[in-house]
Formats: sequence, structure tokens, C-alpha cells
Amino acid sequence: MSEILLQIDGIEVKATEGMTLLEAAHSAGISIPTLCHHEKLEPFGGCRLCIVEVEDRGWTKLVVSCVYPVEKNLIVRTRSEKVDRIRKMIIELLMAHAPDSFQLLEYAKEYGADRDRFEKEASFCIHCGLCVRYCAEIKQKNAIGFVDRGIRKEISFIPEISAKECWDCKECFPLCPTSALQAAYVLTKALTAT
Amino acid sequence: MDNERIDQIIDKHHGEASSLIQVLLDIQSENNWLPKEALKRVGEKLHVPLTRIQHIATFYKAFSLVPKGRHGIHICMGTACHVRGAKRILDTIENMTGIKPGETDLEMKFSLETVNCLGCCALGPVMEIGGKTYGKMVPGEAADVLKNYE
Repeated sequence: MSEILLQIDGIEVKATEGMTLLEAAHSAGISIPTLCHHEKLEPFGGCRLCIVEVEDRGWTKLVVSCVYPVEKNLIVRTRSEKVDRIRKMIIELLMAHAPDSFQLLEYAKEYGADRDRFEKEASFCIHCGLCVRYCAEIKQKNAIGFVDRGIRKEISFIPEISAKECWDCKECFPLCPTSALQAAYVLTKALTAT
Repeated sequence: MDNERIDQIIDKHHGEASSLIQVLLDIQSENNWLPKEALKRVGEKLHVPLTRIQHIATFYKAFSLVPKGRHGIHICMGTACHVRGAKRILDTIENMTGIKPGETDLEMKFSLETVNCLGCCALGPVMEIGGKTYGKMVPGEAADVLKNYE
């Protein structure tokens, strides 16, 4: 594995090939906000909150750090006016769905996001995919998945599998940033209760 | 649809998980919809979790998880058809079949769906039944066409 040198927020960071920008930043003690990231899971790139500005040969571009691989001589800025503005917008949009999520409220404070900027459409799920991916990748039970698409996309347990597997696992519960998952589980349980 | 036929379809695609969508399409076109038992069977044979099949089957509009009628009626509501009176065609069909868009009648004869463009705007208003296109529709003519379907 070859070593790659890059600069994140003015700090020289050593990374190995195949690492993502987010991992490299974490290894250097630089924190980047995330909602859909989990170190045990494959990168997903769903929430876009970990967006950073990357400068490569004089060009700057915005990339999502949790799926962007490290490259030689990159200059990364994890906080800039533009990045902060985009993150604020993402948080505000997500808060239309999950206005009382603790994690979102915390980020909102940090980025000065207005919780009530957009009309509430409380679906509570922000499609981070943590529950779906945890169940598939770590537990390999596939009890929960996404259904439908676009604005109608939602998480859905498969009642038959969930009745068998979920009651003594529930490891996905603490992962959910909004508690939408717990609600979905209770509803599914009502379906299978005998 | 019985498991034997599903197995035949899966064998036709060599039982590869990457052929999942093709398998589902074949079942859909033969059966007009995808029953849960069929999805379970496909999942077992192709070693694909049911969550992923469910994700795919709900993602594409070509798949239906509820029973569909023998003839699918598509009525174009695109701009060109709309200004030429697609709404009146829709009303006629709704009255004759007794179903609204997205529904299927009790005899499983027709399923009604509105679409946003069939790509032949010069023929507007356009109606499509079971893949056959009927152009320049007027309510009376649409009713006559519909009577030909059993």
C-alpha cells in the first residue's frame, strides 16, 4: 500500500491508497459532520452532509468526502463559506422531514440552520440507509429495505423476517438519527402480532 | 402462477442473480403482476434477499405488486393530448369501465392508467390498450374501441 500525502485544512495528512477523504480527515483528528456514515459499513453517500471543497491542480470542486478516494497533493477544505452554506441548506431541508432529531438539532446549532425554514413534511426518515445497510451488511438478515422511489421512498420491514429476527436484535435502533426506524418497527410488529 | 413455471423462467436466465430484473419482467408479462409468493420463490432461487427484490419491484413502474387486468389501458394526459381533449376520453373510459386511474376492475378485465406522453403527440388524443395505440380519439370512438376487448 503506497502512502499518499495530502493537505486537509492546512494540515499535512498521510493516508493510504483506497482511503476516503473522510477517513483521512478522521485519522488526522479533523471532524466532518455526517449522518449516513458508519465505520463498519460501506460508504453510502446518501446525506451529502460531509461535502468538502477539494483543490486539485488549481481547480476547486465540491465532493462528498465519505465516498471520495484520497489522491496525491489534494488540498481539502472541510470548512469554507461555500461548504458551510451548502451544509446549512442540507440540514434545513432534512429538518423539514425530521424537525426534532437530536443529531440534526446539534448540527443546526453549529451551522446556524433555521429549523423552520421549509414547510414541515414530517416523514421522519431521512433515508440515511443506516438501518437497511446494517441489517444487510453486518447482520445479513435483510429484514428491512427501501421501497418505492423519489419522494415516496421509505423504509419497510418485511413482516415475516422481522417477526423472526428483530425482537432480540434491534441493533439498528441506536443508529437511526431520527427514530423513524423505531416507529416503522412498531407498525410492522402490529402487522404480525397474533 | 405456479412455482414450476417460475423455475422455468429462472432456468431460462441461467439462475443468475444479475438477471433478476429480466426474470421479474418475464413473470410480470406472463402473469400481469408479481405475487409475493413469486417474489419469495425468485429470491430463494437466485439468492437475492427479499428486501432487494421488493426495492426493485417497487422502484420500476413496469412492475406491479397488485393484480392487474388482462388489458392495460393507458390514456395520454400530455400537453398535446390534454389540449385536444384527453380529459373527455378519460371520462368516457372511466364511465365505461367503472374504474379510476390506478385501479383494476373486479373481473380483472381492465387496468386504467394515465401517462404523461406516449411520444406520438401528432396523434393526440392518444389511448393505448394492451400495447396497441389508438390515435385521434373522440369519446364515441374510444367507447367503440373498448367494446372490442374481452
